[in-house]
Amino acid sequence: MTMILGMPLPVLTGQLLIGLINGSFYALLSLGLAVIFGLLRVVNFAHGAFYMLGAFTAWMLGQYLGIGFWGALLLAPLIVGLVGAVVERTMLRRLYDLDHLYGLLFTFGLALLLEGLFQHVYGASGKPFSAPEAMKGVVRTDFVTVPIYRGWVVIASLVLCLGTWALIEKTKIGAYLRAATEDATLVQAFGVNVPLLLTLTYAFGCALAGIAGVLAAPVFQVSPTMGSNLIIIIFAVVVVGGMGSILGAIATGYLLGIVEGLTKVFYPEAANIAIFIIMAVVLMLRPAGLFGKEY
Amino acid sequence: MTKLNKAALACLFSVGLATGAQAEPYRLGVLTDMSGMNFDLSGKGSEVAARMAVEDFGGTLLGEDVEVIVGDHQNKPDVGSTLARRWIDEENVVAIVDLPTSSVALAVQEITRQSDTALLISTGGSSELTGASCSPSTAQWTWDTYALANGTGRAMTLEGDKNWFFLTVDYTFGHALEADTTAAVEAAGGSIVGKVTHPRETSDFSSYLLQAQASGADVIALANSSGDTMTALKQAEEFGITAAGQDIAGMLLFLTDVHGVGLEIAQNLTLTTAFYWDMDDDTRAWSQRFAERMDGKMPTMVHAGVYSAVLNYLKAAEASGQATSGSQVMETMRGMDIDDFFNRNAYLRKDGRVVHDMYLVQVKTPEESKGPWDYYKVLRTIPGDEAFRSVEQSACPLLDD
Repeated sequence: MTMILGMPLPVLTGQLLIGLINGSFYALLSLGLAVIFGLLRVVNFAHGAFYMLGAFTAWMLGQYLGIGFWGALLLAPLIVGLVGAVVERTMLRRLYDLDHLYGLLFTFGLALLLEGLFQHVYGASGKPFSAPEAMKGVVRTDFVTVPIYRGWVVIASLVLCLGTWALIEKTKIGAYLRAATEDATLVQAFGVNVPLLLTLTYAFGCALAGIAGVLAAPVFQVSPTMGSNLIIIIFAVVVVGGMGSILGAIATGYLLGIVEGLTKVFYPEAANIAIFIIMAVVLMLRPAGLFGKEY
Repeated sequence: MTKLNKAALACLFSVGLATGAQAEPYRLGVLTDMSGMNFDLSGKGSEVAARMAVEDFGGTLLGEDVEVIVGDHQNKPDVGSTLARRWIDEENVVAIVDLPTSSVALAVQEITRQSDTALLISTGGSSELTGASCSPSTAQWTWDTYALANGTGRAMTLEGDKNWFFLTVDYTFGHALEADTTAAVEAAGGSIVGKVTHPRETSDFSSYLLQAQASGADVIALANSSGDTMTALKQAEEFGITAAGQDIAGMLLFLTDVHGVGLEIAQNLTLTTAFYWDMDDDTRAWSQRFAERMDGKMPTMVHAGVYSAVLNYLKAAEASGQATSGSQVMETMRGMDIDDFFNRNAYLRKDGRVVHDMYLVQVKTPEESKGPWDYYKVLRTIPGDEAFRSVEQSACPLLDD
């Protein structure tokens, strides 16, 4: 058997692939955070809760309405986005003129509230959720073992990430958004409805977390704490990538997923701190992040 | 959260009472995890079970009222210790009950040893609690890592699973479970081919599972608990581990864990438990009463253990004529018959170990199960003296005299 770095090739490629899969979730989630921070300047600590909400909505759609995975993949993000829009309209909006800290505290409180609510109603152990029948099973080759569903997650996440990047960087509505971030008053003077634009942005960011939640439901346990377990890593990804940089969030998500996957093989004890070590090093050498603009 | 508020209210209320110069009620403190991953298997259900026991005993001890108060230790030893110390010093708590998370249980045991307060451990499972760290005022009621390791490890090795690979959670409990299982497997003629440790509350086990798969072991043993076990089981299914011929051994599985992952994934797992609700009329009768107060959720072994521990504690305290010395209550209990629907052929040993029958069970397939909570088939009853560590094997100094 071919050995690389003291381990059989299939094991190494397997670990690389797993890193890529986890990276897909990191990328999707940090992308939503970056979009929200980049355009609203809100540090959205509720992002993990919206991710959890996406997974639970998918479970509830199946449990109470009999809607399967594909239906949930479409509906759950819409519902989560709607919840996000309501939150922005009724509460978050009032904090835009205050210090960033208030937005952070508000979204953090919101996350605790949502988590506590679901724990109270559904308990801590979570709910079972299966991958769609067509995607059960494993592809096994000489090089690699991969569940079909996880392979699909990588592709879905890539498409979503690139789509979002194109939407913001290459379309007219994206141009409005970027302009509104630079100077909201001026853009409003041109007749663009800026408040609506901001609501939609927040809702879109939340919907992205919702999609990630639905995608994660068959892989991880659907539980109230699934978001808070992830959110700190996601923030590390955003910081390494450069706060507000969309491309940075995507690339760093995949990159750190792979680094973490490899750490689990070579030095498992360090797996849960590898990302933070990288964060510390990046902050020392490039305080604005790998892809951030130095001001 | 509401329970926390209630506990806080109870504390406030007790301060009011104390200044009123009336006799203080005896309090039993259920110290558990009300907000983390042990909430379903222990948490709220342990509180309910303790309250049921106090009601069934009549609500008074030695002529005074008995109250149940609840605290959330958040699985942190420092939080648990602080709460325990306050309860004992200021709130007339005479017994502390349940204690999920072994590291917290070990910390609290040091406090109850000093104050000679009764400690009734139901969820905390490290065999260390009745080993080198044993205390004369402790009873470890339900299970320990030795009994599970011995029950499941031995049975599976004898069935032909000779080579074992461990996925071990990286704290006291995981290490104890791994060490105890290793001993049981090796004694039965098996061997350990590898292991990997993971942090608590890991969300992705696939890297570890692939390493386990590559090891070529016959069986992958999950030396972890609740959320971690469930995630590992789910992802093992996803990667087709059992389909490819390797067995999975869940070293610690609670009924709520099986409920959480579903039978599709948990089916055919062999595990060791101290209690299953659907064994006979007595277990069913108590479990039905429990379920009525828990929105239909059936009790885990630790819930039944909390009830049995509290009820027997109250009987022993009444018989010994005092409740301030935990070690004296335990001494009285050693001379008592503590058999009930939970405890079969039971007695309390000097090291604090409650020795009773354990059960080797298998998880039913979805076809075999008639509905929610109909999950286990009992394969074998393991007599207490075979299930638990013998006196000779224990490092507890209390056993020496």
